[in-house]
Amino acid sequence: MSALAPVAPAPASRRTLRRGRTGRRQSPVTMALRYVAVAIALAFFLFPIVWIASISIKLPADYLSNPPIWIPQEFTFRHYQSVMAEKGFLALRNSLTIAGGATVISVLIGSIAAYSLARFQTGGRHLGFWLLSQRMMPPIVLVVPFFLILREAGKLNPRLGLDQQIPLILIYAVFNLPYVIWTMRSYFRSVPVELEESAMMDGNTRLGALFRITLPLALPGLVATTTFAFIFAWTEFLFAVVFTRTNAVTIPVVISGFTGGQGSNWGRACALSMVATLPVFILVLLLQRHLVRGLTLGAVRG
Amino acid sequence: MGSTAPGTSSGHAARDRRAGWWMVVPTLVAILGLSVFPLLYSLSLSFQRRDLQHPNDDQFVGLANYAAGLLDARVHTAMFNTILLVVVGIALQLLIGLGLALVVVDELRGRRFFIPLLMLPVMMTPVVAALGWRLLWDSQYGAVNHFLAFILRRDVDIVWLTQRWTALFAVLVTDVWQWTPFMFLILLAGLASLNPEHYEAAALDGAGPWQQFWAITLPGLAPVIAVAVIFRTMDAFKIFDQIFMLTQGQPGTSTETISWYIYQVGYKFFNMGYASAVSYLLLIFLSIIGTIYVSRFLREEHL
Repeated sequence: MSALAPVAPAPASRRTLRRGRTGRRQSPVTMALRYVAVAIALAFFLFPIVWIASISIKLPADYLSNPPIWIPQEFTFRHYQSVMAEKGFLALRNSLTIAGGATVISVLIGSIAAYSLARFQTGGRHLGFWLLSQRMMPPIVLVVPFFLILREAGKLNPRLGLDQQIPLILIYAVFNLPYVIWTMRSYFRSVPVELEESAMMDGNTRLGALFRITLPLALPGLVATTTFAFIFAWTEFLFAVVFTRTNAVTIPVVISGFTGGQGSNWGRACALSMVATLPVFILVLLLQRHLVRGLTLGAVRG
Repeated sequence: MGSTAPGTSSGHAARDRRAGWWMVVPTLVAILGLSVFPLLYSLSLSFQRRDLQHPNDDQFVGLANYAAGLLDARVHTAMFNTILLVVVGIALQLLIGLGLALVVVDELRGRRFFIPLLMLPVMMTPVVAALGWRLLWDSQYGAVNHFLAFILRRDVDIVWLTQRWTALFAVLVTDVWQWTPFMFLILLAGLASLNPEHYEAAALDGAGPWQQFWAITLPGLAPVIAVAVIFRTMDAFKIFDQIFMLTQGQPGTSTETISWYIYQVGYKFFNMGYASAVSYLLLIFLSIIGTIYVSRFLREEHL
């Protein structure tokens, strides 16, 4: 299936890698330069995260200081307390509900469709490509019609209108579907059909074979796909900022509201940013081995 | 692989096919209802004057919205900014990501520790990433100016976010910061899957590292690069969050992107017909780019 992994590196070739791909030992200078490059990269890619974290526990007098005070004499959790007491807790609850609901729906119906595409070639290549083209659509294109539709839907049933959780759950679920289907299709395809067939010979139904053989083998893929579906919904901003105001606001919307007001809000904005970031980081650090392939709809094996 | 449906008899196969279709029904219903229908609705809006501030003034205007969109100077600026950010941004992400992947692909102590750390920007909420950079670019209390002052040994007080080119540069850096690790991870996976024997053979033939890079590494990575670039391109055209957080399109309207402009037309001026028409112009533009790209650089087995 994947032309990207023509030859899986065998254990024997791993040993060759240990000495650089050329098979030559690398000089100490080359090694030192490589470490320097990695150090610079780490500094660049981690510094903004550290900056946010540090502001979230500094007093305003310390983060609004020129020259900057790197290590203040006093740390504080008051930004966390005040932001959670204000809108933070509501936003956290909304984000968890909306991202969680959208993830469950999209992974459930997306995996079923993906299995169908992988095993029965349903719809041939056209259906697959049509689904992929959905993934490519810029969300701004759907913002205007959704806004007007939700305005009308709200008149019929208030829970389906603007500033409600349910519409966001459904919209995120549908936006995740193409991703879930393409990625899961790739994982299902890499489970050999023969395994399933022999399980069916042994008297399993197809459903039994699916649950006993295929699903366990595709589990790492399912975990990665679920993680990314969740992260997408958790981090989405455009729909959330247009379709919510006070009741269904998600974390990114509340954070974006802190940008005005020179400096006084920074502590709270950063505190809420940490609340938004930490769960995802923990998830990623736990699952990192399985995540790379999930980044590209299963196109590149990690 | 897996190109033949299993089934011992034709009756079996027909039943599988029917089951297969039932399994995609929920997906099709969801996409038809929440994606295709809104798109068609938006298409019909694009031919109308539909202004929420003048609700009794709706009327069919044919292609007038499209004509206005094609002539709108703000559309031109927004498209220019968007394409600039997409092209330069992805080029930088690709170069830095590839360089970093080459540095890391061979044995290096601490790999297990720092690769996950390098993954973190990709996983961040774009609004949070942009907030962090918004604070870093701040002219008074931001770290960027302090860093420059430290390097240059004199005071630096560049007001990054209120001049067009420095503001676009700030947006660019923010985007490169967030997405270079994505390129890095994918290229690293691609590098790791290249066959080491090719390098050994080339080394025996006396090819140096530079020649090996051009003859083996780059051709071997080409499919991976193609996939990574198309995903990033399609995503980058959506750029909105960073503009919201960093510049709000300012100064004036000079740092607007196309998503930001459509948002402004729709939610500041409530001009839904016009916003829909500009959306469709964007969709047409992206479809053309996407079709050219897919037909030139991608084959299905890559995906």
